[in-house]
Amino acid sequence: MGKIEWAMWANEQALASGLILLTGGIVGVAGQFRGWPFAAYAVAAGVFVCLLEYPRSKRAKGTSVERTGQYCFTVCVKSFGPVTRNYYVRAFLHAAICVPGGFMLATVLGCVCLGIASLIYLAAAIRGEHWEPILPQKETTRKTDAVSVRNPPEMPPPRPPPEVRRKRVDDLEGAAYENPIPVSDK
Amino acid sequence: MGNWIINNGLSAFIVVVWMGINLFLFVWFYLLYDTGDAFFYTRHLLGSALSWARAPAAVLNFNCMLILLPVCRNLLSLLRGSFVCCGRTMRKQLDKNLTFHKLVAYMIALMTAVHTVAHLLNVEWLNNSRRGMYDVLSTALSNLSDSENTTYLNPVRRIDINAQQTPTYFVFTSIAGLTGVVITLALILIITSSMETWWWVIGPMILYVCERVLRFIRYMQRVQYRKIVMHPSKVLELQLVKDGFKMEVGQYVFLNCPAISQLEWHPFTMTSAPEEDFFSVHIRSAGDWTDKLIDIVQNLPEGAQGPKMGVDGPFGTASEDVFDYEVSMLVGAGIGVTPFASILKSIWYKFKISNSKLRTRKIYFYWLCRETHAFEWFSDLLQVLEKEMEERGMGNFLTYKLYLTGWDQNLRFHEGVHFEEDTDVVTGLKQKTHYGRPAWDKEFEQVRKENPTSVVGTFLCGPAVLAKVLEKKCAKYSDVDPRKTKFYFNKENF
Repeated sequence: MGKIEWAMWANEQALASGLILLTGGIVGVAGQFRGWPFAAYAVAAGVFVCLLEYPRSKRAKGTSVERTGQYCFTVCVKSFGPVTRNYYVRAFLHAAICVPGGFMLATVLGCVCLGIASLIYLAAAIRGEHWEPILPQKETTRKTDAVSVRNPPEMPPPRPPPEVRRKRVDDLEGAAYENPIPVSDK
Repeated sequence: MGNWIINNGLSAFIVVVWMGINLFLFVWFYLLYDTGDAFFYTRHLLGSALSWARAPAAVLNFNCMLILLPVCRNLLSLLRGSFVCCGRTMRKQLDKNLTFHKLVAYMIALMTAVHTVAHLLNVEWLNNSRRGMYDVLSTALSNLSDSENTTYLNPVRRIDINAQQTPTYFVFTSIAGLTGVVITLALILIITSSMETWWWVIGPMILYVCERVLRFIRYMQRVQYRKIVMHPSKVLELQLVKDGFKMEVGQYVFLNCPAISQLEWHPFTMTSAPEEDFFSVHIRSAGDWTDKLIDIVQNLPEGAQGPKMGVDGPFGTASEDVFDYEVSMLVGAGIGVTPFASILKSIWYKFKISNSKLRTRKIYFYWLCRETHAFEWFSDLLQVLEKEMEERGMGNFLTYKLYLTGWDQNLRFHEGVHFEEDTDVVTGLKQKTHYGRPAWDKEFEQVRKENPTSVVGTFLCGPAVLAKVLEKKCAKYSDVDPRKTKFYFNKENF
């Protein structure tokens, strides 16, 4: 299937599931549905899943796009070390979290979606993917001869004045001039 | 302000009309169910939750009908053909199709949420009514159909199951409920999986069947390799021949190589002109699929055919409009120059046969590139064109400027020493290479000065940042006075 990063899809799916679980839970509690304790659980579970899934992982290849304001979440998630890094853990965690959602209609959709996310995470884990935090780049010292494309030149290269530029083949002696800018051989 | 209306007026109008229809549908159906006599008793059971479910449903119907239209490429190509009479503006509209598709998708997502929440309330209250938790009338209404020769009002029928599980049971065993769940799940999966990169992974997209069937038919048609060329800077050129394949300038195709991946189709702009008896693509190493293709091709024995390739297309984009403008400004950044390669080649052929249907009388071409290596395959084309133009005394037809946006000390001194020579040190072309980014204000001024009464089409194939800049300049230098110069901006996108 090529180098498709399953974890990226699992992450989107899990985040969406968290929101759906949360919404279903809120409806269940606000409407005082039968089985509203399950809805209350879904609210908590939904919030937890959203917090866990909000920070995107750094991609294995290519540029990673952060979600707005994800840095503080990244730090929190990173602090749990191997538990949050490993996708097997996430797969089983989501599978476990989603189960109580199946007990009432309002949260059943969240349950199914989170279950699917769990399966995709399992696929990602089997393929050896893992979660990497996106951290701000440290300022690296530029190599002196590296090409800088950030500041393309605005002025043309220095040239001698126009009168002197014209080739005066008839008067080679007079055409010589003192170069105001020191020229080196390198 | 006037310039904004010229450039964006039609899009804004379409969005306003679309929103207007949405609002009308929502309010109409809300009032229908909230005040209609036929629903009096249902309202007793459900209150306004009924209307809150039916109104978004109507909006959903409308938007689900619309959602695929902006992205059915084959249909779009057909539409583009039939819009020839309606002028540029209509066709430019089709280029905003992606934006519109996303807008419709957001509306569908929002309406689905409202619809689902309303139905959750409905099912809960219907269940409660059935179990006699509310007033006498509700219980009586719910009991309809328990006796002979009556039909039901409350669709929740069973009371022998656990009361908490009844709603779930009801949803999963009724056609309405089950289809709702399946569709919502499919919708969620489509949205989350499409957040992936620019690759299109074929998932359970039942709704794409027609598009896929057509693609499959095209894929089955034989594609022959006429020539395979490996250019410097990891650019692969494939010249292909396919029966009945007809293209226009600047169009693109989707390629599929089963040897690399069965499911992936990738878009590539064609670099050949319609006048040629083959079509070509220049593929740059930009990811796994392209790298693998280059790898396979490099390991082929001399003169052998390349790997089996499926081709879907051609699909049209903005570049087709180039010859409709009297004056065109073409801006290509890096590999974004490819559609313009097709255009310039086509010009060359049109010249050779002195095609009088060419409305264009002046083209300004700007090529922006980071490094010199990428120039080589294109500079040959430019050299030939340069010669051709001079021989026919048509040197003014095409003005091109090349910009090296990445450079270093050595290049600078080299240029400084050689600047007096006729041809450019980097490309060997008569026109000099400029360094750094173009000063767009100066360029637009120059174009405006040289073409005081023309309509100028600006075409870009490049990064979004540059698109914003050019769009602003087009607006800035356009005159509201129809007799003076007007700039129209067209951006190529996939």
